[in-house]
Amino acid sequence: MTAALIGKSVSRVDGRLKVTGAATYAAEFEVPNLAHAAVVRSIVANGRIASIDTAEAERAPGVIAVVTHRNAPRLAYQPHKGLPDAAVGERLHVLQDDRVNHQGQPIALVLAETLEQAVYAAEVVRVTYRNEAAATDVAGVDPVLPTGKPAEWEIRRGEPDSAFEQAEFRVDQTYVIPRENHNPIEMFATIAAWEGDSLTLWDKTQWVHNVAEEIAAVFGIAAENVRVISPFVGGAFGSGLRCWPHVTLAALGARVAGRPVKLVLSRREMYYGVGYRPHTVQRVALGASRDGQLQAIRHEGHQETSTYEEFTEALLSATRFLHACPNVHTRHRIAPMNVHTPTYMRAPGEASGMYALESAMDELAVALDMDPVELRLRNEPDKDEFKDLPFSSRSTRECYRAAAERFGWAQRTAAPRSMRDGRSLIGWGMASATYPMNYAPASAMARLLPDGTAEVMSAASDMGPGTWTSMTQVAADTLGLPIERVKFTLGDTNLPRAPIHGGSMTMASVGSAVQAACRKARDEALGGAGANDLEEAMKLLGQAIEATADVAPGDETKRFSMHAFGAVFVEVAVDPDLGETRVRRIVGAYGAGRVVNPKIARSQCIGGMIGGIGMALMEHSAVDPRNGRVTNANLAEYAVPVHADAPPVMDVIFVDEHDPHVNPLGVKGLGEIALVGVAPAIANAIFHATGKRVRELPITPDKLL
Amino acid sequence: MHPFVLERPRDLSAALSFGAQPGRNDAPVEYIAGGTDMVQLLQEYVRRPDRLVSLAGVLDDGIEIGPQGLRFGAAATMAEVAAHQGVVEQFPLISQALLNSASPQVRNQATMGGNLLQRTRCPYFRDVGYEACNKRAPGSGCAALEGENRWHAVLGTSDDCIAVHPSDLAVALVALDASVELRGTGGDRSVPLSELHRLPRDTPHLETVLAPGEVITAITVPANAAGLRSHYLKLRDRASFEFAVVSAAVAIETAGARIRQARVALGGVGTKPWRLPNVEQALADRSLEPGELRSAAALAAEGAQGRGHNDFKIELMQRAIVRAVEIAGAHA
Ligand SMILES: Cc1cc2nc3c(=O)[nH]c(=O)nc-3n(C[C@H](O)[C@H](O)[C@H](O)COP(=O)(O)OP(=O)(O)OC[C@H]3O[C@@H](n4cnc5c(N)ncnc54)[C@H](O)[C@@H]3O)c2cc1C
Ligand code: SF4
Repeated sequence: MTAALIGKSVSRVDGRLKVTGAATYAAEFEVPNLAHAAVVRSIVANGRIASIDTAEAERAPGVIAVVTHRNAPRLAYQPHKGLPDAAVGERLHVLQDDRVNHQGQPIALVLAETLEQAVYAAEVVRVTYRNEAAATDVAGVDPVLPTGKPAEWEIRRGEPDSAFEQAEFRVDQTYVIPRENHNPIEMFATIAAWEGDSLTLWDKTQWVHNVAEEIAAVFGIAAENVRVISPFVGGAFGSGLRCWPHVTLAALGARVAGRPVKLVLSRREMYYGVGYRPHTVQRVALGASRDGQLQAIRHEGHQETSTYEEFTEALLSATRFLHACPNVHTRHRIAPMNVHTPTYMRAPGEASGMYALESAMDELAVALDMDPVELRLRNEPDKDEFKDLPFSSRSTRECYRAAAERFGWAQRTAAPRSMRDGRSLIGWGMASATYPMNYAPASAMARLLPDGTAEVMSAASDMGPGTWTSMTQVAADTLGLPIERVKFTLGDTNLPRAPIHGGSMTMASVGSAVQAACRKARDEALGGAGANDLEEAMKLLGQAIEATADVAPGDETKRFSMHAFGAVFVEVAVDPDLGETRVRRIVGAYGAGRVVNPKIARSQCIGGMIGGIGMALMEHSAVDPRNGRVTNANLAEYAVPVHADAPPVMDVIFVDEHDPHVNPLGVKGLGEIALVGVAPAIANAIFHATGKRVRELPITPDKLL
Repeated sequence: MHPFVLERPRDLSAALSFGAQPGRNDAPVEYIAGGTDMVQLLQEYVRRPDRLVSLAGVLDDGIEIGPQGLRFGAAATMAEVAAHQGVVEQFPLISQALLNSASPQVRNQATMGGNLLQRTRCPYFRDVGYEACNKRAPGSGCAALEGENRWHAVLGTSDDCIAVHPSDLAVALVALDASVELRGTGGDRSVPLSELHRLPRDTPHLETVLAPGEVITAITVPANAAGLRSHYLKLRDRASFEFAVVSAAVAIETAGARIRQARVALGGVGTKPWRLPNVEQALADRSLEPGELRSAAALAAEGAQGRGHNDFKIELMQRAIVRAVEIAGAHA
């Protein structure tokens, strides 16, 4: 038996492949006889195509075909809704009619021998439009409740209005978050190859099975006939959860061309085709007694969505259970606009909602002249007051304590502008974090070989959090084999089904399936050979042993409210004359159940912290309200944090937490909670530094002058 | 990308014979040096020349410092100039401006000539999804005037164009009275850098005074700029790798606690690298006391015009001047 591997800081098993360029990403697969595709996109947000002249494009060198709504094959577009699709509405149909619903909508597809030829021909397709009035400014759209299930969108507990009116201390403010784009380094890319009615897709995705099912529905074929291969993903942050129209375009192009087609989006196209975190406007009203007991919380928010789908996210969920309060009102609305449908972006909903809630809590602490940590401690609930269920575990107190201590919070002087370093104003701020524990059905297979090695597989994805590594660890640990003897494979629909690689559920779900499959295989091998040692057993057996396992949640969600919790403490330095803010230190403490690999988990948290710096200080898709175009659709003007923005101190604490209820592995997921809380902690620190409360992200220098 | 022929002339005179004209979108022939800006513009279909004339290997890339001052060839890279010992010691403002520009990868590839002639970052200029851009398509209008204009200029603007000239290097050089040496089929001439770029007025598509075919062969900085106390201050939304929101290049000579002479230029706010003689005159003979600096810096706002999102720059640029002078003065 080898030493336990779960809980060890194993280095990434795919690290060498990645840094030597040997990892193959979607666009890099070598498929013979490849044709290249380029997309013509609309430059209006609403209207119809009046004319589309493809003559010059068709004559351009190397062009195989120009596909528009006039000559595109009619696609089946059978009903299909995967988990990441909006529950209400119908996905965008590409090249099926003359309707334009959003800026950058695909309106023609050019297929050519080379990429350059395709791109050039796409540029000389001439289009005229019949423009219709477009709603492209959130401020000009009246929000409405989403369709159906009104009970989910507007929730009341107690008497929030009268309780707020009667509260001795009140805060009532509006917080705005602009649209943000995911901006992964790897562009979305698909290679599509048909063989009769069977289709192979090499695709950048966070869920191969959903791509197969969506494309099967779009083309009216059986999902078994679509194979999707996606071993490596160069970042996605949620943009790869859905199967977007470009995948359909690649498959459509391959059908028209009669040969494999590759389609790679440009950076500019990434702002028009793969979703974004929606612009949100939130109003939070908090009422409290003099001793800091919350008496009322009213939290309303609305966010942009498209005219054809009602995208919603968990904007207000945390407000219902994070802090104890007898009187709560939440109302979530949407603003349908002529934009493409937003989607999940790291900690969707929670990151945005908690920015508003935790900023308002800080404002309340100021109004009460109370330490913000103390305010939260005074409102610690002893159960989920919304679901009326106990928490399976909740380590908030320990997170506040551990992070505050590591940070040195006790040294903080409460008054704004009271801490300085040279010219700089220093600010210390904090916020809470939470994210639900998600666990979904998953399957895995383990194959033990006579040479004492094992192959373990599941159709999971790894967009960066380290699935390759953590699953190898769980498998090797369960089998009792050295890690080098275990080969884990993911990202292929031929493998046992895994759930969506989102919602921080991969470790819980796929990890539990891998563990179960490995246990089963090991038990079979040891039992069959009558041996105690797996390697010996396999030698004796002389043939492979295979075991597949399926795991699924039981009724624990009926018995428990299950969430990860955390606390984030931040130090900023603000130049009072020039308005520049730099984050100097972040300390985060998380109660996230069992930590399978502390090294990779820490990387996750650091990534979340840096993402939070982006959200707080710079990220902003500058949508032109006149026409819905994203003016900064490139990485020069859309600023994401660079190395120099990463603070020298990023301290991650995992508080000891054993939760037997959540799932067999006892993990809660980390990918998303790591982002939640960072932006409000920074905004709160900026207030502490400057005395200025900025309620619209990002907090750029102009807002602090 | 529009198909083009790439010409690789053997020498400079062969290069000149193609009649390339930088900085005009209707020019069918253009030069390409490091390509760091040009390739983006080609890819985005903003520039559509039929012919690209490569300057690789035909221009001087030397860096010399002599009694006349500093001279570097137009083909010297940003990285080479930034790291050159003599530049670092005698003209630190230039080195600083360069090191605050772009990224190491870009600086390794980008040339001095290309840096001065890089095109504006105005997002409407760079997105052919917008029809209105007088610089790209003369007479089409200016989408920035009523648009997302946080990135735009407040000095030297017109009602036809408010695009910023994005180079940091040019801001430092214009403060140091640099000149560019030009060569055309008609011969050589030298033009002060302050006169290389034109104001947009009602012809924003004409960006420079270069005649067809002319290239920048070298840049010179007079010796009297050496040894001044200087500072290049660059303000932006993130700590590195971003164009300036506002930048200030200052070089001062002090006598005791007083300023004898000052040179001040601003970036991120002007339609061309913006020298401020009125501020310089006001600074002369003042102390380094913040209030005094501030009242001199206030003159930078003369004629400044914000367009909404960029209004804050008028205040921020004054503060940037004050801070840059303070830092330069503190280097005593
Ligand atoms: C990601 C990124 C970030 C950047 N950030 C900054 C920044 O912070 N600050 C900054 O100042 N710059 C920045 N830049 C711009 C960069 O400095 C320029 O792209 C570069 O200096 C251009 O030089 P080049 O040799 O590559 O020029 P090219 O792209 O080859 O040419 C640019 C233009 O100059 C013309 N040209 C080139 N050489 C000559 C010559 N000798 N004579 C006549 N015409 C000529 C060309 O015809 C073309 O029109 C950034 C660029 C990138 C890509
Ligand atoms: S500011 Fe100048 S470059 Fe920008 S859109 Fe207007 S005319 Fe074009």
